[in-house]
Amino acid sequence: MTPLSSVALLFKVSDDMPFIPHTENEISSMLESIGVKQIDDLFSEVPAELRAAELLKIPTGLSEMQMTQLMTERGAQDGRPLCFIGAGAYDHYVPAAVWQITTRGEFYTAYTPYQAEASQGTLQLIYEFQSMMTTLTAMDVSNASVYDGASSVAEAVLMAVRANRKSKSKRILVPRNINPSYAAATHTLVNGQNIELVDIDYDKDSGCINLDALKAFEGEDFAAVVIQQPNFFGSLEDVDAITDWAHANNALLIAVVNPLAMSILKPAGEWGEAGADIACGDGQPLGAPLSSGGPYYGIMCCKKALVRQMPGRIVGRTLDEDGKEGFVLTLQAREQHIRRSKATSNICTNQGLVVTASTIHMSILGAAGLENAAIQSHLNTRSLVEKICALDGAERMFDSASFHETVIKLNKPARAVLDAMTESNIIAGFDLAEDYPELGNAILVCATEQRTEKEIDLYVSALAQALSEV
Amino acid sequence: MLIFEHSKSALHKTNKTELNSIPAAMRRRQSAALPEVSELQAVRHYTRLSTRNFSIDTHFYPLGSCTMKYNPRVANSIALAPEFAGRHPLAPEKFSQGFMSCMYELQEMLCEVTGMKGFSLAPMAGAQGEFAGIAMIRAFHDANGDHQRREILVPDAAHGTNPATATMCGYTVKEIPTLADGDVDITALEAAIGPQTAGLMLTNPSTLGVFERQIQKIAKMIHAAGGLLYYDGANLNAILGKIRPGDMGFDVIHSNLHKTFATPHGGGGPGSGAIGVSARLIPFMPIAGVIKENESFRWANKSDYPKSIGRLSAFFGNPGVLIRAYVYMRLLGREGMTRVSEFSTLNANYMMAEMKKAGFEAAIPDRFASHEFIITLKKQAKDLHVTAMDFAKRLLDLGYHAPTTYFPLLVPECLLIEPTETESKEDLDGFIKAMVQIQHEAENDSELVTSAPHTMPVKRLDEVRAARQLDLSWTVTEAGKV
Amino acid sequence: MSNIPEEMRYTSSHEWVRMNDDGTVSVGITEHAQELLGDIVFVETPEIETEFTAGEACCVVESVKAASDIYMPISGEIVDANPALTDTPEIINSSPYDDGWIFKINPANEDELEGLMDAQAYEDSIEE
Repeated sequence: MTPLSSVALLFKVSDDMPFIPHTENEISSMLESIGVKQIDDLFSEVPAELRAAELLKIPTGLSEMQMTQLMTERGAQDGRPLCFIGAGAYDHYVPAAVWQITTRGEFYTAYTPYQAEASQGTLQLIYEFQSMMTTLTAMDVSNASVYDGASSVAEAVLMAVRANRKSKSKRILVPRNINPSYAAATHTLVNGQNIELVDIDYDKDSGCINLDALKAFEGEDFAAVVIQQPNFFGSLEDVDAITDWAHANNALLIAVVNPLAMSILKPAGEWGEAGADIACGDGQPLGAPLSSGGPYYGIMCCKKALVRQMPGRIVGRTLDEDGKEGFVLTLQAREQHIRRSKATSNICTNQGLVVTASTIHMSILGAAGLENAAIQSHLNTRSLVEKICALDGAERMFDSASFHETVIKLNKPARAVLDAMTESNIIAGFDLAEDYPELGNAILVCATEQRTEKEIDLYVSALAQALSEV
Repeated sequence: MLIFEHSKSALHKTNKTELNSIPAAMRRRQSAALPEVSELQAVRHYTRLSTRNFSIDTHFYPLGSCTMKYNPRVANSIALAPEFAGRHPLAPEKFSQGFMSCMYELQEMLCEVTGMKGFSLAPMAGAQGEFAGIAMIRAFHDANGDHQRREILVPDAAHGTNPATATMCGYTVKEIPTLADGDVDITALEAAIGPQTAGLMLTNPSTLGVFERQIQKIAKMIHAAGGLLYYDGANLNAILGKIRPGDMGFDVIHSNLHKTFATPHGGGGPGSGAIGVSARLIPFMPIAGVIKENESFRWANKSDYPKSIGRLSAFFGNPGVLIRAYVYMRLLGREGMTRVSEFSTLNANYMMAEMKKAGFEAAIPDRFASHEFIITLKKQAKDLHVTAMDFAKRLLDLGYHAPTTYFPLLVPECLLIEPTETESKEDLDGFIKAMVQIQHEAENDSELVTSAPHTMPVKRLDEVRAARQLDLSWTVTEAGKV
Repeated sequence: MSNIPEEMRYTSSHEWVRMNDDGTVSVGITEHAQELLGDIVFVETPEIETEFTAGEACCVVESVKAASDIYMPISGEIVDANPALTDTPEIINSSPYDDGWIFKINPANEDELEGLMDAQAYEDSIEE
């Protein structure tokens, strides 16, 4: 591998000014117009002692070709291991058209659509996105997205505390089997507002939340109950019963969902008698590459009655002066740039570009395409788990139905087994030891629709070898 | 026409019989009403939609405070290469050294160019960077037992996120007035500082487009009172490589990588709000970060940041954005960084000078502009009944995206104009010419301006109707299906 | 010049207060306030039977331009809220002092009414 310093030595650094189009003549005439001699004079109001010295720790510039060579090296260093890990980010197929259209300059380099007349493309696309999210989750309204799954849970918690007028407490019931990173980020993000997150433990046999665990909280005041479907262990919760319990106890129900799973599982808006009040989750499975964890986007849907408590951007359809249909950002008055210290949240960003990809992805796949990806992921994981469980020293941890992830209990140290399998170029699963020490040697495995039978067999033989050698 | 209106039912098929291992009560009964179209129909629909946008790639986009500069294409192609786009966030360190080396170097370069001692790439947007910064200030005071510090000072010219963030962190907000020359009112600041002061949030250069000349004095006052100084990096483009927030005395800063470091705005996101800290705040940094040890890279753990404010996202912020920013910084190199601030400042001051000559009124006429400046159209509004919004809409007709309108709130009928360094003199001149033309129209045929735009896909939209008769999603009933 | 009826009391945050015959008081926003806000698109009325102290924010009036808190002019319990505002919030624009009333309070201490501005004082305050 060529170290960076020698790359720079091979070529003379260009004297060009990358991305700056000014000629010497233009610079002179501009300075003359301003009435100064040199560009530095424009900084004369800055106290001299604040002027920076040369930035020695920053390398000199590279040409585009050199940069491409460097990044090809860096990328090659990481290899392309086989991915049998999910834990919140899933290796699904994305049609080539999706990111080709998404990265058209008109989408890629546009700003937030504040000038509606010059942003109808982005605005209509977000309206279509909102429509897709509401049908997928069976909720009434969707916003234009928040940052990611974790922040969507945090925003849902803040929203529930604002919206639940029956509850005087700022307490939220949070199962221990939701994605532990979501729980951790939610804790960070709501910590400053004296909101209390109360743990619910999962059932040791099923890995799910059962009504017995909830009964201990009966009669107490909670603003909301959070439930993840499928939960972090990949298992399917009895969402109907939990939703009804929450409502019977005057709490709102926050559904954390995998949107791809929503194509085949009962959607959040149909849970129990009245449906979930807020649905959130990570949109990554709908067209976002794994990309080391982001950018993804956070889903945020709710019942119509709660729409004015919803954070972030929302697009509405309306008419122009000639009565022609058009799209605008609406309910803006709740947002930080107008309401400042009284805003519903400080959030401004929606993950526009990823939402663009996701909208195109869903259009190309349609409901059937999503269902097929979901079903095939379910079947692949089932096949993987069956083959794993045929080995000595590996078995299912929980007895519940699952979607496309399952917890496997090993009879050898999980860390060592996972490390050994990297020798076969396989990322073999997520080690649950840090977040769930009580589970012992347990790993969370996932095989999406992209994993072939051959790859699954490769996994199983590598695991067999690791279990015998570790 | 909506994508749903191209839809034909039963175009695609699916086989659900294989789902028998999932209890029927947990399954979906009726498929989601997503569009059912061919790939070509989808491609054509969204390609056509894209043409109904203004963008940097198609138009001059001088949106103040947003730094709409050229977004190099190579950054995108590298970020979407399978080696980076296909990397799982939880891949073992063994499969991650190349990626982590980029992230580590990005942290180091950001430290160097801002004069801070540590950098976290975790925040997913400017507002989340602000949140993390203020949460760290709060954690710092709490760790010192300073629980009475419950107030954050914010100049009235600040972005709306500043007060919103302080509230989100459980602080009350006190606004500090700004003087007519754009500097903070030091007397008012002095009176506001006290034992309750947790810190001050400041944008420098400010949103008024001038450099805060008293910054060293302000820093001394805040620090003497035991408070910390927060730098809102929205305008970092104006001083990049020339003046460093760390040297000005700031304890914590956020940098909008999607502005200063040319990652795309993407129609509203994703961004990245990387945060830099002084040495005393390093223990409080958010999870996660990259540490270099014995020539290899590892993820930071609790012993690196023992008093961490915690996690902000499910994984590690927005690495796809971070890769793009890294590529951009390496392309610029140390010389290129400084050029960014020099040429963005040159462009802004040139435009301000030319517009003043053309008869427009600058909000702060007697000072140098930073990388942006403000024109006030209050005379036009009063005498001609043509507002800043009318000028903005008419600019669209003439092929220019409008500058930021009605911000900062302190200046009536204002346009905040930020040309950025990547625009040529020719484009700046074109914009000025357009403004002169609109001024002429406003004087002679104001109706033409007040009813603009005339050439966009739609005319001005009824926002009152949008907010009163909420129509936020297409429903199947519209297609007559139900 | 805004219409400022003589028989009411006012706050500096632009609420009006009318004493009703049954001992309750009605509250709304002044004509001047609705002009500043522009077209009202939504009103979040307070929950009935909730108690607030004077100066507390108790509900929100939203226009396209701004979401504005409405503050309790005097301490008391909310006894009624205007149901018409749910579907026709624009009546605050067309009839701020009559049809556009927002809520009624059962005052905790009627003496607090003395602390509010009369029409002349309010008119002076908005002309400053």
